Amino acid sequence: MIFLLIIMPVCAGTVAFFLESDRLRRILLLSVAVAQAVLSLTTWIVQPAPALGGWLAEDALGKMIDTLTNVLFLAVSFYAVAYLREERKQPHSDFVEGVFFSNAREASFTACLLFFLAAMNLVAVSQQLALLWVAVEATTLASAPLIYFHRHHRSLEATWKYLLICSVGIAFALLGIFFLAVAATNPDGSAISLMLHDLQSNAHHLNAPWLKAAFVLLLVGYGTKMGLAPFHTWLPDAHSEAPSIASALLSGALLNCAFLGILRAQEICVAGGLGDFSDRLLLAFGLISMAVAAIFISGQTDYKRMLAYSSVEHMGILAVGVGLGGAAAFGAMLHVINHSLTKAMLFLVAGNFLAVYRTKNTKGVAGALSVLPVSGMLWLLGLFAITGSPPFGPFLSEFTILKAALDQGQTFVAVVYLAILAIILAAMAAPALAMAQGTPSEHIGVTPGREIALTAVPAILGIVVLAMGVYVPSVLTRVLREAAHFLG
Amino acid sequence: MGQLINSILVLLMLTGFMLLGSSRLAACIRTIAIQGLLLGFLAISMQDGDWTISGVLLPTTSAVVKGVVLPWLLFRAMREADTAREVEPFISYNLSIIAGAAALALSLWLGARLQLPNQPASSLLVPTAFFTSLVGMIVIASRRKALTQVLGYLALENGVYAFGTAVALHLPVLVELGILLDVFVAVFVMGIAMFHISREFNHIDTDKLAALTDRLR
Repeated sequence: MIFLLIIMPVCAGTVAFFLESDRLRRILLLSVAVAQAVLSLTTWIVQPAPALGGWLAEDALGKMIDTLTNVLFLAVSFYAVAYLREERKQPHSDFVEGVFFSNAREASFTACLLFFLAAMNLVAVSQQLALLWVAVEATTLASAPLIYFHRHHRSLEATWKYLLICSVGIAFALLGIFFLAVAATNPDGSAISLMLHDLQSNAHHLNAPWLKAAFVLLLVGYGTKMGLAPFHTWLPDAHSEAPSIASALLSGALLNCAFLGILRAQEICVAGGLGDFSDRLLLAFGLISMAVAAIFISGQTDYKRMLAYSSVEHMGILAVGVGLGGAAAFGAMLHVINHSLTKAMLFLVAGNFLAVYRTKNTKGVAGALSVLPVSGMLWLLGLFAITGSPPFGPFLSEFTILKAALDQGQTFVAVVYLAILAIILAAMAAPALAMAQGTPSEHIGVTPGREIALTAVPAILGIVVLAMGVYVPSVLTRVLREAAHFLG
Repeated sequence: MGQLINSILVLLMLTGFMLLGSSRLAACIRTIAIQGLLLGFLAISMQDGDWTISGVLLPTTSAVVKGVVLPWLLFRAMREADTAREVEPFISYNLSIIAGAAALALSLWLGARLQLPNQPASSLLVPTAFFTSLVGMIVIASRRKALTQVLGYLALENGVYAFGTAVALHLPVLVELGILLDVFVAVFVMGIAMFHISREFNHIDTDKLAALTDRLR
């Protein structure tokens, strides 16, 4: 069953690459997406047997990330099919600078989407830390072509930065894995394997200085991929230049996978009694990321970049939550889900704006509520949700983290956390409200006959985000608690 | 064995300086190829007599990929991009070499300070690994061309791999192959990106890739 999660998208991706018919390829994409989502939901009922001698297995944390990835992929693939139907095949002019460009072959794009899914599934179920590294690097390579779908020089620049910065970052993570292996070597030459379970149960025998160094390297390496400041520089470029489907997947799914790499390291540190050390680092990087995001969101005129920096902020919140530990770690796990759903929805709505208004500038978009009633409404709701207003899901998880910080007596962290959230709320609300309200300029008419999935998919995501704020199912709470238990 | 390992390590260090000092792209690619081959030899000579199939086959595969296949790909990319054959660094070659010397000093100091649980085959192993990685980072940061940045990435990766060899890590075969595959695909994808950069901009200078930035307001 676990094998299927990885093999199926790989095979489908290979087939998609060679399929000539657009129709068949889109049907293939949708059916694989449905099958994967069903498969990952089944793992909640039937615990899948470990595969490959225990290298691939699903624990609570992996199950949560994996299901989230597959469900999000399902939503995005419905949107993607509608989006690809509307995209023009011929070279067309770019609305920023007017240069002519064409799109990448749809077949390669679909194939990369599926390979990307396979790599992310492999990250989620890897119990062997070196294999996890291989999978994380594979996600970079499979997703780079997605950013370069619109073939013009800005997306190329974004792709190059993404490839190089993430590959270099990930090389540090590999060094971290080697350090971990050194920490796991006993003086008599025998060694603990790099299996998560072995490392956790023998964590007290690990060599502490090497383990600390390994954690730092893994945090820097995977942190680059996750978008923790100051290693986040690739993130706004890639998110703003990629087509909205790719941005939604990058923010909603990929960042979580990189975070999982850090969480595995955290699990080992906690088990080895080095929780204090790793917590402090996570807290520091989390707060720095939030602050950097607040600075760059203020006065941001590109709404896709604004969403990208908001992802940096939320990755910071996740790091702070795990760094605080206890109830906050539970809040962080809940926030992983809430942020992914909300941000994916916002990027998809931003894609709708982009298609109609043909500008990424916040000032170029006005009267979205009258031009695109559903998308405009979803934009407003999504904005309130992502900035942490009740009654949406992110409010609940952000509040859980805040409350835990206060309960633990971490007043400084709580005050800074709250202040940054307030600044970001103010900085995002002004341009976003202006985009929704006002009167649209003359030449933007109502575009009839757009694909229904383009609004239906974000609407469904929006409903789920709202539902998560009102009611968290008890089965989900149980799994999240189990996941948070090992995070200190 | 110790003699052989030490000579390989000294050669590896020399490739680091060659990478920093040479002004021709072709020479840099050849240097990286030599580095890849040397790493393979290093891993094989570390086997210390007890030959196993995976212990010989894996380093050989790695040496072939890093010493032959990837350089071939890079030479092709260089021809396709029809780029000037000069490295065009941001800093002078002398300064690069001085930075290299500083990196070497730092690596030796670090290597002397790190307490490994079991003694490596040569005291030069860990410093060489760190030095190679640092050279990679210097090259990435100080060179203008996309191609040289890829070379820097490869040197960084080689350094990390050398560290793995130094501490006599026995990673499972599947993982070793996975890492190798990742490096191969990474260079392959970067090669494609480079081809597009050269077509889009008529050169592969990455300092011209500067349309996307955020200024503090």
